[in-house]
Amino acid sequence: MNTESFYQQLQEICPGRRTLTRDVDLLPYESDALVAFSTKPAAVVLPESAEEVVAIVKVCYAAGVPFVARGSGTSLSGGSMPIKDGVVIALNRLNAIKHIDPEQRTAVVEPGVVNLHISNAVKQYGLYYAPDPSSQSICTIGGNVAFNSGGAHCLKYGMTSNHVLGLKVVLPDGEIVEFGSESLEGMGVGPDLIGLFVGSEGLFGIALEITVRLLPIPEQYKTVLAGYDTLEKAGDAVSAVVASGLLPGAMEIMDRLALKAAEAAVKTGYPEGAAAVLIVELEGESQQVEREFEHLVNVIEGSGAFEIQVAQNEAHRAKIWKGRKGAFSSVGRLSPDYIVQDGVVPRSQLGKALAEIEKVSNSYGLQVANVFHAGDGNLHPLILYNGREQGALEHAEALAGEILAICIKLGGTLTGEHGIGIEKRDYMPQLFSETDLDAMYAIRNRIDDKGIANPGKKLPGGEAPALKMHGMHPLEKAGIISRE
Amino acid sequence: MTGAIESCVHCGFCLAACPTYSVLGEEMDSPRGRIYLMKNVLEGTLEAEQAQPYIDRCLGCMGCVPACPSGVAYGDLLTSYRAKIESERSRPLLDSVTRRMIIETLPYPSRFRAAAKMGKLGKLVQGVLPDQLSGMLNLVPERLPPPVNLPNLIPAQGEKRARVAFLTGCVQTVLAPNINQATVALLSANGVEVVIPDSQGCCGSILSHIGEEGRAKTLARNNLNAFAQIDGEIDAIITNAAGCGSGMHEYGLLFKGDPEETAAEAFAHKVKDITVFLDELGLVPLPKNQPERRVAYHDACHLAHAQGVTDPPRNLLNAVPNLTLLELNDGGLCCGSAGTYNLEQPEIAAQLGERKAQAIVDTGAEMVVMGNIGCFTQVETHLAKMGKQLPVMHTVELLAQAYR
Ligand SMILES: Cc1cc2nc3c(=O)[nH]c(=O)nc-3n(C[C@H](O)[C@H](O)[C@H](O)COP(=O)(O)OP(=O)(O)OC[C@H]3O[C@@H](n4cnc5c(N)ncnc54)[C@H](O)[C@@H]3O)c2cc1C
Ligand code: SF4
Ligand code: SF4
Repeated sequence: MNTESFYQQLQEICPGRRTLTRDVDLLPYESDALVAFSTKPAAVVLPESAEEVVAIVKVCYAAGVPFVARGSGTSLSGGSMPIKDGVVIALNRLNAIKHIDPEQRTAVVEPGVVNLHISNAVKQYGLYYAPDPSSQSICTIGGNVAFNSGGAHCLKYGMTSNHVLGLKVVLPDGEIVEFGSESLEGMGVGPDLIGLFVGSEGLFGIALEITVRLLPIPEQYKTVLAGYDTLEKAGDAVSAVVASGLLPGAMEIMDRLALKAAEAAVKTGYPEGAAAVLIVELEGESQQVEREFEHLVNVIEGSGAFEIQVAQNEAHRAKIWKGRKGAFSSVGRLSPDYIVQDGVVPRSQLGKALAEIEKVSNSYGLQVANVFHAGDGNLHPLILYNGREQGALEHAEALAGEILAICIKLGGTLTGEHGIGIEKRDYMPQLFSETDLDAMYAIRNRIDDKGIANPGKKLPGGEAPALKMHGMHPLEKAGIISRE
Repeated sequence: MTGAIESCVHCGFCLAACPTYSVLGEEMDSPRGRIYLMKNVLEGTLEAEQAQPYIDRCLGCMGCVPACPSGVAYGDLLTSYRAKIESERSRPLLDSVTRRMIIETLPYPSRFRAAAKMGKLGKLVQGVLPDQLSGMLNLVPERLPPPVNLPNLIPAQGEKRARVAFLTGCVQTVLAPNINQATVALLSANGVEVVIPDSQGCCGSILSHIGEEGRAKTLARNNLNAFAQIDGEIDAIITNAAGCGSGMHEYGLLFKGDPEETAAEAFAHKVKDITVFLDELGLVPLPKNQPERRVAYHDACHLAHAQGVTDPPRNLLNAVPNLTLLELNDGGLCCGSAGTYNLEQPEIAAQLGERKAQAIVDTGAEMVVMGNIGCFTQVETHLAKMGKQLPVMHTVELLAQAYR
């Protein structure tokens, strides 16, 4: 490939400061929210229209240069980490909500639209977009589609795939295709291509336009916090709530360490001294919510909770969720480095899984904070480590591997919502047989014959990127910061 | 100082709160990106010169600080980084003429008045002052309002509920004396006795900002003395300027290790924004016969982000009968008022100003209220550009009017 002319073609599509090739401009794009891995790309382009994206993909295809689509770079699995010598296509400027249909309850949006902005824009019609990843204030719909992202309220309403009605996509060779339809009625004809694309982690091309389903805003919410003296009891309470016939909007658990971090960030007053807190949110029509609430309180009282709190008002509810949604990041207050895991276990195995995780992390001598979508059995153990210590990251990674093995052993899976990305790629053979993997490769190769769309992610094989160097921080060396 | 860079877990939550990111949509102009660039510069993997444009584009609005769940002290980081880079740069930040002028003029209302009359001041100092101040200097009008002399003691009306000292400030006294008048009237109407020590002066924040720590201390020390000489107890030291408030909250830090440290800390502890104080005290009931008014409240960065003051002004405004308080639907992004910013980054500043004006207009408000005069001109200018000449006032002005 003639590098000069390749850059020149990118420049023609995205002129001036919209094609970035200097170090200073590339560095901030070299990793996503999983900083343990990073790769500097050859270029970052900032397209402003779908046509420009298509043109960029075509140029990459012709030159055989790999590319990765990037939303807000909040992926926790290295999904949007650049490909070496590849192009990062940053979609943040494609952020228009193109059409809202309050009657049909749908919206057509560009991929760079931030998840929460959809709900903000349709609020005036009494509607909202249901999937609510904790990162919803900043992650993009494009990223959500690629990872089939979930959130606290996906227990009741399902993940992103349940809310995407239509997709316009540019395939890795530059062809534009449309899947699904713009209305609910149009679904169900032919193969479920949306199902294939949603969760494909950028390996099947780039979503250019997404038609999403909207839901009416519930009339009432009731948010209940229950404090427990063991994590296992909280886990078992989740099964009890579901067994009682209730389907809450959300059921989340935070353990002692996660609570400590969240409390420092939002000062909500989570039940004091709890080893674990279960958050249950009921939502729907007022009368029904009131009835369910009585029922719920009975179940929770029977599950050994030592304290039950109910959100006093909307501001209090917002704070409880702010604490929960910011929990991963607030763990940064406790430890400079951590790995977030995303394993899933059958709900009935929650208590057991938590107990086993505790045992193995103790044997590793590492602290693990737990904060997770309990209703879905989607665990998020955060393994705390100190990256400045030699070998600490590797030690933590080894524990992460054991935790995933526990999930698989208990009948679960590797990822609930954060994707495989680069991080869990090499665990795929533990979960899938060779035949399964071959089938995946076959589909991939059919859609992307040159293997240029986010290669090296999700499917095992390929080079592993270099792990970040760790050591004493230069700011500390310079005497600017100290750790107290 | 905290390990700001290390506590950044790269989650991106701060991106949503950053005005430059919202306008430019690129990682280098986000808090996360800037932190990463600073890290690379300090690790020696990037030249400071290259990163500088992105650091310069930071408004210093601190929107990213409350947005960060990990508690990254972005403000401290930025200050230390700038100090370190500045000290290594051959070109000093300010030429000596400008520096002298700031040191000898701004902190002193009478000299400032004289200089402002000559009309040269604004242009000279723009580009070197913290945003809240240069924002004020944008206000330097063709004609200055006549000076107002406030008495040393303003008695409480009705039953005396509290006794406070009032920091009248420096630049604001000259540019908008009516805000101080309103502050005093409002306090008095609420049964608060107000003491205004004669010997008080500028709080020194301006000088700290330009690296004149020694002189800043002199001014601060002067205030420590001035307020210490007040006879009898005072419940609080009141300010109505967000910039001075955040500066004086740091007196403890300024005197760290000095003999004055304890006194400075006690002082800092007593400093309260007028809205915080009144909200805690509770307003005496307002006359019922208020006009119907639809009021938008704009969160000034140095109040909302730097000091975390968001509820008190809203609580006070909500207490005014027939007043409908309207919220801006723009996530509290900076209005772009930074004076330095208007000069150096006119396009971004203008876009932010337009967005703010649009968000205000979208609420359907008839007037807009804020707690920092630094934002006034920017908001007024962009509203005017949209053909909407809404009145812009300080929170205390509206409240004082409501008691009349
Ligand atoms: C603190 C924190 C909390 C989180 N909580 C949750 C949670 O509760 N639930 C959850 O599911 N996730 C969560 N995440 C993970 C992350 O936010 C989601 O995976 C999100 O969907 C990523 O969106 P993004 O815009 O940041 O995408 P990026 O990180 O930029 O990209 C993610 C993947 O999507 C691909 N991609 C991006 N745009 C497109 C497009 N238009 N077409 C095709 N592929 C594309 C990229 O190539 C990459 O593989 C969390 C992350 C953080 C940091
Ligand atoms: S929110 Fe805080 S931790 Fe997250 S990227 Fe921004 S500064 Fe870093
Ligand atoms: S201070 Fe303001 S402009 Fe600067 S990085 Fe933070 S949010 Fe962005």
